[in-house]
Amino acid sequence: MRGNVGPFISRKKLHTALIFALCVVIPVGAQDWIRTGTGLGVEKIRLAVPDFNPSAQDPKNTELLKAFNETLWNDLENAGIFDMVSKSFYPLGPVGTPADVKFEGWSAPPPNAAMLAFGNLGASGNGMTVQGWLYDVKNVTSPQVLGKQYQDAATNDAARLTAHKFADEIIFRLGGGIQGIAETKVYFVSSRSGHKEIWAMDYDGANQHQITHLASISLSPRVSPDGSRIAFSSLNKGAWEILMYSLELNRLVTFPRFGGTNLSPSWSPDGTKLALSSSRSGDPELYIADSSGTNLKRITSFKGPDVSPVFNRKTGTQIAWVSGRTGLPEIYTAEADGTNVQQITNQGYAVSPTWSPNGQFLVFSWMRHYGPGAPGAQDIYIMDIASKQWVQLTHDGGRNDFPCWSPDGRHIIFQSSRSGSEQIWTMLADGTGQKQLTSAGKNTQPNWSWK
Amino acid sequence: MKQRKLKWVTLVFALGAIMMLGACKKKPAPPPPPPPPPPAAPTASLTANPNTIDKGQSTTLTWETTNATDTSIDTVGAVQPSGSQSISPAQSTTYTLTAKGPGGTQTATARVTVNAPPPPPPQANATEEELFSQNVKDVYFDYDKSDIRPDQQTSLQADLQFFSQHPSVNFSVEGHCDERGSTEYNLALGDSRANAVRNALVQGGVTADHVKTISYGKEKPFCSESNEACWQQNRRGHFVYGK
Repeated sequence: MRGNVGPFISRKKLHTALIFALCVVIPVGAQDWIRTGTGLGVEKIRLAVPDFNPSAQDPKNTELLKAFNETLWNDLENAGIFDMVSKSFYPLGPVGTPADVKFEGWSAPPPNAAMLAFGNLGASGNGMTVQGWLYDVKNVTSPQVLGKQYQDAATNDAARLTAHKFADEIIFRLGGGIQGIAETKVYFVSSRSGHKEIWAMDYDGANQHQITHLASISLSPRVSPDGSRIAFSSLNKGAWEILMYSLELNRLVTFPRFGGTNLSPSWSPDGTKLALSSSRSGDPELYIADSSGTNLKRITSFKGPDVSPVFNRKTGTQIAWVSGRTGLPEIYTAEADGTNVQQITNQGYAVSPTWSPNGQFLVFSWMRHYGPGAPGAQDIYIMDIASKQWVQLTHDGGRNDFPCWSPDGRHIIFQSSRSGSEQIWTMLADGTGQKQLTSAGKNTQPNWSWK
Repeated sequence: MKQRKLKWVTLVFALGAIMMLGACKKKPAPPPPPPPPPPAAPTASLTANPNTIDKGQSTTLTWETTNATDTSIDTVGAVQPSGSQSISPAQSTTYTLTAKGPGGTQTATARVTVNAPPPPPPQANATEEELFSQNVKDVYFDYDKSDIRPDQQTSLQADLQFFSQHPSVNFSVEGHCDERGSTEYNLALGDSRANAVRNALVQGGVTADHVKTISYGKEKPFCSESNEACWQQNRRGHFVYGK
């Protein structure tokens, strides 16, 4: 028995030494890290959000309040700009109206909150009224930053939507005037019906529902900037064609067939043009068409696959895409007319680029060390286009692919196989706060709405 | 020690005595009066030889009964207690032999399976399709490549020979990829593979209008394991007849 103690201690020492070595290594590697998005670098605001109170006696209140309080808390926590004060630090007693606020109890430690969001919710009949306030609790004389009243149907969906709206107001006021994302949608591909169909959900994974019922294979959904249409690629009458779905009419609308294999449509930021890949000439090349499908113009002519074009969502004058012209797929950029081609990655296997809302960064999926004997990890990276400096955002194994930025620039949604099957995950744009949003079937190719 | 041994012996002896006393108390029960012998129960057996025939052929039913006063086979009628008979059913039939006697009723069954007539000779089309699947070989690719490997020339030449003998056959070439890499890139790569096969065939004399191409990327894999053997199975140009 004694003999084992020696090696055990030395192994433990080795672990300690390794952990210490890692601690030393990480800061060195982290020098490359770029902070992206607005407000991510500044100190986070300490925000207290006590549960909203019932304002009337109604049996529906309990369930509505549960949906509202959960959604509001998650939205504010997900926003990435708040230091949420733990509920165990809160002073006792309900806070439903301004009269209930005892400033000392909130602004002094332990809560030490800078801001307090509170309010009440009451159902009566089929309606629901929500009152919400945002208080600067250190400014006792004039604390109110925001006071809002909402009326909607007394349903869980409406309670969630109202919470999203109130959260977005708070995020807008405290987050440097950038619109929150609590009311945004995500379109994606799900196999849970037995076929790969286009689905939609709220940004937080709630309200997942099927959009198309084509019983074929549908891929690469991209929602238009105004949120009215989804362009996607589908195996239709024996060929891959671009299809157009109207979210206003809830049906497919006419779009021309181009012939060959047509893939990966994406919108220009003004919604007037689509970039796509088509092999109508015999080789997969990039084309740009009007959003109606007319005026198709070819912009690349290099042997090898050219696919996944995306417009710079700030300028609309530049595209990034994936090309296999030199062998393994790498990411390239060019002007939208095909001139000024620049190779962005030049090692490994790089696919699925999308732009940050400010047009300065690309996020993409990269097997950086592809080759025999190399670990085949496929991770999400962002790159500053001007300096070509990159940062690795995922380090958790599995295949991570199809990243897409949120409209506020603070979040990235992507697909990952790390949980055992392909599912949709979100994270803050610095790689923290990774969360799984889907679990039924296989869910891939998330596309975040533009607003 | 000795005392303990003595105690044991006493105990065993006492136990033995109790058991014997107990046994002595039991008195043997008187045997029941013998019941009157029941009438012997009938027996029945039925076989068909052979039990599988083609339509139009006949088979022989053979049966045997004992202790029966009334013997019948349904669909045939009353029969001798034992015997055999040739029958020629039009379809598969189960024959039931019923033997009734004072001792009761006994049944036995035999099934004759009648095979449907052989299908009509295959049409010319099906033969071509069979020849297609026997002779046309898929073309395999290297990882991330869409050019035809030298070792795939044998398959390609066999394909060209078939298509020169069957110049009117319509077919499609499906481009497939392994599971690695992105969905979109693999669909484009599969398209390049299908077109590479098609171009090689057209150069070898196949009429372009007879060859369709489609890419499945990694959407319809032949093999779903994550190893090189399986990935190689999935990196191919696959031929499909008549599309």
